[in-house]
Amino acid sequence: MIGSLDSKIPSGPLAEKWTNHKDHSRLVAPNNRRKFEIIVVGSGLAGGSTAATLGELGYNVKCFCYQDSPRRAHSIAAQGGINAAKNYQNDGDSVFRLFYDTIKGGDFRSREANVYRLAEVSNLIIDQCVEQGVPFAREYGGLLANRSFGGAQVSRTFYARGQTGQQLLLGAYQALCRQIDAGTVEMFPQTEMLDLVLIDGHAKGIITRNLVTGKIEAHSGDAVVLATGGYGNVFYLSTNARGCNVTATYRAYKKGALFANPCYTQIHPTCIPVTGQNQSKLTLMSESLRNDGRVWVPKKPGDTRAPNQIPEAERDYYLERKYPSFGNLAPRDISSRSAKEVCDEGRGVGESGRGVYLDFADAIARLGANTICERYGNLFDIYEKITGENAYERPMRIYPAVHYTMGGLWVDYNLMSNVPGLHVIGEANFSDHGANRLGASALMQGLADGYFVLPYTLPGYLAGQIGKRPATDRPEFRQALDEVDARTKKLLSINGKRSVDSFHRELGLLLWDKCGMARNAAGLREALARIPQLREEFWRDVRVPGDGEEFNQSLERAGRVADFLEFGELMCIDALTRDESCGGHFREEHQTPDGEALRDDENFADVFAWEYQGNGSAAAPKLHREPLVFETVQLTQRSYK
Amino acid sequence: MKFKLKVWRQKDPKTKGKLVTYEASDVSPNTSFLEMLDAVNERLVLGGEEPIAFDSDCREGICGTCSLTINGEAHGPDHPGAACELYMRRFKDGATIVVEPFRAKPFPLIKDLVVDRRALDRIVQAGGFVAARAGSAPEANSTPIPKQNADRAMEAAACIGCGACAAACPNASAMLFTAAKVSHLAFLPQGQPERTRRVLKMVTAMDGEGFGNCTNTYECEAVCPAKISASLIAKLNREYAVASLRQEAGD
Repeated sequence: MIGSLDSKIPSGPLAEKWTNHKDHSRLVAPNNRRKFEIIVVGSGLAGGSTAATLGELGYNVKCFCYQDSPRRAHSIAAQGGINAAKNYQNDGDSVFRLFYDTIKGGDFRSREANVYRLAEVSNLIIDQCVEQGVPFAREYGGLLANRSFGGAQVSRTFYARGQTGQQLLLGAYQALCRQIDAGTVEMFPQTEMLDLVLIDGHAKGIITRNLVTGKIEAHSGDAVVLATGGYGNVFYLSTNARGCNVTATYRAYKKGALFANPCYTQIHPTCIPVTGQNQSKLTLMSESLRNDGRVWVPKKPGDTRAPNQIPEAERDYYLERKYPSFGNLAPRDISSRSAKEVCDEGRGVGESGRGVYLDFADAIARLGANTICERYGNLFDIYEKITGENAYERPMRIYPAVHYTMGGLWVDYNLMSNVPGLHVIGEANFSDHGANRLGASALMQGLADGYFVLPYTLPGYLAGQIGKRPATDRPEFRQALDEVDARTKKLLSINGKRSVDSFHRELGLLLWDKCGMARNAAGLREALARIPQLREEFWRDVRVPGDGEEFNQSLERAGRVADFLEFGELMCIDALTRDESCGGHFREEHQTPDGEALRDDENFADVFAWEYQGNGSAAAPKLHREPLVFETVQLTQRSYK
Repeated sequence: MKFKLKVWRQKDPKTKGKLVTYEASDVSPNTSFLEMLDAVNERLVLGGEEPIAFDSDCREGICGTCSLTINGEAHGPDHPGAACELYMRRFKDGATIVVEPFRAKPFPLIKDLVVDRRALDRIVQAGGFVAARAGSAPEANSTPIPKQNADRAMEAAACIGCGACAAACPNASAMLFTAAKVSHLAFLPQGQPERTRRVLKMVTAMDGEGFGNCTNTYECEAVCPAKISASLIAKLNREYAVASLRQEAGD
C-alpha cells in the first residue's frame, strides 16, 4: 500500500538546504489564510507555539488539550534548559557543532538535514523567548547566562533556574492566550482526541471526547497537527505526567500513519529511586545537577555504611573513571547504563539497592552552599520533600527512569506524516534525536518545530487544499464517531474484577524488565508472548465504573491503557527487529568488550517505520525502512572517553 | 500508618454534596497524599463504588493541576508545596483528614474534588502577554537586563496557576495570581510597551470573573506553592493606579 518512504530532504549542501527549501516552498497569501482551519492537538511547547504562530499568521486554529488549561502541558516540567548555538561563551560553539553533537548524541540514527535545521533555528528560539519575556538566567552585566549539559564540551544551555520548561511553556501559552483573545485560536481544554478522520486519504478531522461532559464530537479542518508528546507512560512509572498517553499518535497509526522507531526510549540517569508499591510516578532531578554533583557507589558490593562513613579510597566515581573527558557529563544513555551495571554488581545504594549517589560535597566545599542553593535550590527542595533527606548534608540517591521517547510518528522534512495533511511535531514525531536525545534538546525541538519550521512547511500542503475542508456530516465522520462510541460503551460494560491501574502497572513492569535499559531477544519474545494475553485479560476483566456521559477519570485512563496495551507490543517488535545496539536501545547481544553499545551500520543505519495491519500478532505490522544517508558526518563508534 | 478520611463527594454541580468517611490503612509514610488517594480509589473501584474524582497531572508540583483543600488549607499543611508534593509522613498516625475542593465562587465545581479554573486563563487572555510575533524578535543579547530585574521577574513568573491563592482567600481574590503576571512582565523591558493596557485589562477581567478584592489577610502568600510574595499585590495596586491615571490623562 505504501511505497518507498520519501523523506523529501532538499538537495544541495547541508548548510543551505533549509534556506533553499524556504525560498522555494509554496505560500498561502494573507487573504487566503483565514479560509483555512487548522486542528492542533496538544498545547505544550510544540502545540502551543505552533497554534499561536499559525494564529498570528492569520489561520483559524482549533487547539485541543486534555488538561484543564493549555498551561499545564507536560513541557512545563522540563527543568534544565534549552540549547542554542549562540556561542555567547566564546568557547568555540557553532551551528555545525550543535548539529554534530546532536547527531552523535543520537548515535547516528537521525537525519542529517533535520538535525542541521534544528541547530540552525536554535538561535531564533532564544531571541523569540527573550522577547516574550521569558526570564532566562543572566549574568551581573545583564547578558544571558549559560551552563553545560551532557554530551557537549561547550556551554550552550540557556535556563531559567530549574524551571526552564515552565518558563518557555508560559511564553508559548501567553502567545497562545494573545491569539485566543484576538479570536484566531479557539481553545478546547479538557478535550481528548480519540480518533483521526481521513477523507480521500487526507487527514481532515478528529473525533474528541469532552472530558467534563463526556460528549463525543467531530471536528473538521484543512490539516491536522499532532503535538501530543511521547509514550513514556507505557512503562507506567516514568517522569511523565499521569495523563501523558499514546492515544492520539496510536489512533493515527491505526488510520495508516507510520510509527517510527518506537523502541527508542530515553532512560534518564538522574531520577529519585522508586520506593514502595503505590508509587504513581517518578521525579526527575535535572541533569544540570551533574555539572556540580559527582556520581559514585561503594567499591565493595553490599556496603551498607552511611555515605559519609565510606572513605574516599573506597568509593568508585565510575563515570569519571570510565569517561575521563566527559566524566559526570557523559550522555544520558551511557550514564543510565553505567548506573544499572554497578547496581547489578550489587554496589547500588539505598534500601532497594537500585540507586547511586550524586554527591555535592566537593562542590559545596569549593563554591559554598549558597552558590549551590542558587543554582539548584528548588531541586534540593523537591528532593527533600520526596525523600525526607537533606542533599546539602547527605548525597542524593538517584536511579535511571523513563523520561522521553525519541520514537514517534514518521514525518518527512516538512514534518508531514505519510498521511497527507497529518503533521506531527515535537516529541510526538521521531525525527531529530535518533536513538538518544541529548539534554536540553527537547525544548529546542518542540519550539523549533512550533515557531519556525511548521509555519513554513504547512503552507506547502495547504496551498493545494483551498475549499477542501469537509463538513462533519460526511459518512467518514459518522463512522469514526460510532467506533469511538462503541469502544467507550464496551469499556464501561465489561464490569470485571481488575482496576485499570493494575493492568497498566503490570504492563509497565513487564516492559521495564524486558524492553527497558537493556534488552535481549529472549526477553523481548517473552514480552511479546505476554502482552496479547494481558490485553485479552484487560478486555475481559477490567472494571471501569460510572458512565460515558459524565466526568469519568477511570474511563479516560481505561482508553489510554487499552492503547498502551497494543502499543507496547509494537515497541517490543521494533526492539526485537532492530538487532543492534544504538543509543538508548541496548541489545545485550551487541556490545563492545567494555560494554558499550555496538551499532551495526551496515544493516541498521535506517529508520524503522511500521505500518498497521490489524491487532496484535494475528497481523504483524509491516516494516518500511528509510535509509539514513550521511553526506557530512562520518559514522564513528561514539566515544566519550 | 492509618487514617480516617472525610472526603467531599458531589456527583455534579446540581447534586448536593457531602463529606463521606473512608478508611486508609497500611499507608507507608513515604507515600504521597495523592498516591494514598489512588489506593483508596483502587479499593473503591474493586468494591463496586465510584472512585473519588480529583485532579492531578505532573505530580511534582509544577503543572498546577492538583487542587485539594486538606484540613482547611489549600494544598494541605506542607507549605510551600502543591498537594502532590505532600507526603503522609507529615501526618500523625491515626489522624482524621478532611479533603475538600478548592472553594471560590469563580471556580465552579465539576465533580467531587475537581473544580473549573478556566477563569484564571481568561485573566491571562485579557492581556497577560507580550505581543512578540514569531520571527520579529531582535538578537537576544541586544537588550541587557540587570540580573536583579531578571531575578525579580523570575520570582514572579514562577506562579504555577493553581488558584490556591483564590481558594485560601476569604474574599476569593485572585490578586496574587494577577499580580504575579503583571509584575513579571512589568519588571522586564520587553513588557513596557503594553504595561498600561495590560494591567487595566487584566484587572477588569479579574473583577469580571467575580474574584473579590484583597483585604491583606495574606492567606494567599501562606499557601502559595511557588512562594509568590504578597508584596506583588502592592505592586499590582501601584501599577493599576498609575495606569488609570495615565489612561485618564489620555497618555
